[in-house]
Amino acid sequence: MRWNFLALIGSVILQFFGAVGRLAIFTGKGLLHCVTPPFYPRILLRQMLQIGYYSLPVIGLTAFFTGAVLALQIYIGGARFNAESLVSSIVVLGITRELGPVIGGLMVAGRVSAAMAAEIGTMRVTEQIDALTTLSTNPFKYLVAPRLIAGATMLPLLVLVADVIGVFGGFVVGTEKLGFNVGIYLQNTIDFLHVDDVVSGLVKASIFGFLISLMGCYHGFMSRGGAQGVGRATTNAVVSASIMILTANYIITELFFAQ
Amino acid sequence: MSTAAPSTGHPKISLKGVTKHFGPKQVLRGIDLEVQRGQSLVIIGGSGTGKSVMLKCILGLLHPTGGSIHIDGQDVTHLKGREQEQVMARMGMLFQGGALFDSLKVWENVAFGLIQGKGMQRDKARDIAMAKLAQVGLSADVGELSPAELSGGMQKRVGLARAIATDPEIIFFDEPTTGLDPIMADVINDLIVKCVRELGATTMSITHDMASARKIADRVAMIYEGRIIWHGMAGDVDHSGNDHVDQFINGRAEGPIQMQVRKL
Repeated sequence: MRWNFLALIGSVILQFFGAVGRLAIFTGKGLLHCVTPPFYPRILLRQMLQIGYYSLPVIGLTAFFTGAVLALQIYIGGARFNAESLVSSIVVLGITRELGPVIGGLMVAGRVSAAMAAEIGTMRVTEQIDALTTLSTNPFKYLVAPRLIAGATMLPLLVLVADVIGVFGGFVVGTEKLGFNVGIYLQNTIDFLHVDDVVSGLVKASIFGFLISLMGCYHGFMSRGGAQGVGRATTNAVVSASIMILTANYIITELFFAQ
Repeated sequence: MSTAAPSTGHPKISLKGVTKHFGPKQVLRGIDLEVQRGQSLVIIGGSGTGKSVMLKCILGLLHPTGGSIHIDGQDVTHLKGREQEQVMARMGMLFQGGALFDSLKVWENVAFGLIQGKGMQRDKARDIAMAKLAQVGLSADVGELSPAELSGGMQKRVGLARAIATDPEIIFFDEPTTGLDPIMADVINDLIVKCVRELGATTMSITHDMASARKIADRVAMIYEGRIIWHGMAGDVDHSGNDHVDQFINGRAEGPIQMQVRKL
């Protein structure tokens, strides 16, 4: 009984390192194939549309309401020490530095990494990935590389849009409901915003985009065992992408943007 | 038809002592097999005897644990990357479920190996794809459909057109008639025989459909428990003198091969 317990601990640890190793090799291969020809511009373009353009409604709505509720909360909280006037500056900092990239990343993770895992997972279980190989096409180049590039380039653009719409959401609540003067609200927003705030958010977004695509492709590629396997891959992709985004967010902030 | 390979003295495909295991599970226990140029070998055997694994080892989709695989005398057992792609470019494969890319139109599926693999212009590849579709009895308007809109038999035909599109020297068929009605199965068998003859290709098929095996085979080999237990001309399969083969081709539950079914 005692030995069984120890064996259990051992096997869990071995499985963990096995998974880390597999993911590391997968990431390395994916990156390598991003920079070596042949390239597939048509596939890349399609993925960019899929990740970027089609995520706009989700990103826009989320950003608008996040900005709006942030303005409300800051107003209520700030009223306790007569700091209501900080609403505009806190909204713009909060959105550009944190909430834009993180909420945008999480929403795109739910939308995109699930779709990728399901698509690639189905291709795996119906032998379409084997078929690619027999047709002299490297699946890493054809499936993984375009998705990684599209994720890392499209998410910063989406987050830029989210930043603008989020700040606009705060502005609408601030001026319409909380009674701020339009001119003063805008002036405060612009005065408090530094280029660094936006850039740090976009750098984060690029890394989040890469992680989202990586998790979608990895879990799809590794899926086994029919419809159930694909379902599991989809769930794992979304959960792991979300956790990685939140973890990476802290690490990046701590290392580069906390001064 | 097909471009002649440099070395002519060697068998087209040769397997020597090929073994493959997944963890503790031994699937192939030492396969020895040769296929001569232009020949059609059909491998028969029950489910789970290692037929598909053997095919995937030759294709390079799986790497064997032991033994060696030669194609035209070249050792391809552990090839990777570019070299493997070059060998792969000479092969075609018809997958069991078709494995058509459902994000692409039918003609794009057929032309895939030409456009992506060989870098051909889309217009030119499209003409070839349409010609190959005609060869398997499908009209040009089918080419504009998506694979999901096709029946099982049509999907198999598109898969066949895709497998022969690049004029390969070797074609593999993974259970080409499984899941089709007997008439459509015979149509596919005829198409396989016709296309292979026109290409002059060497083929290796795996099946458990004896009607199909009799129609497309020059030679037949039977695989059982990861070994080749019988190998001979297609005409000799009925008097092989091997109990396992007799049981299989006559489809009897009683005999030396015991299915792993729990008795009630």
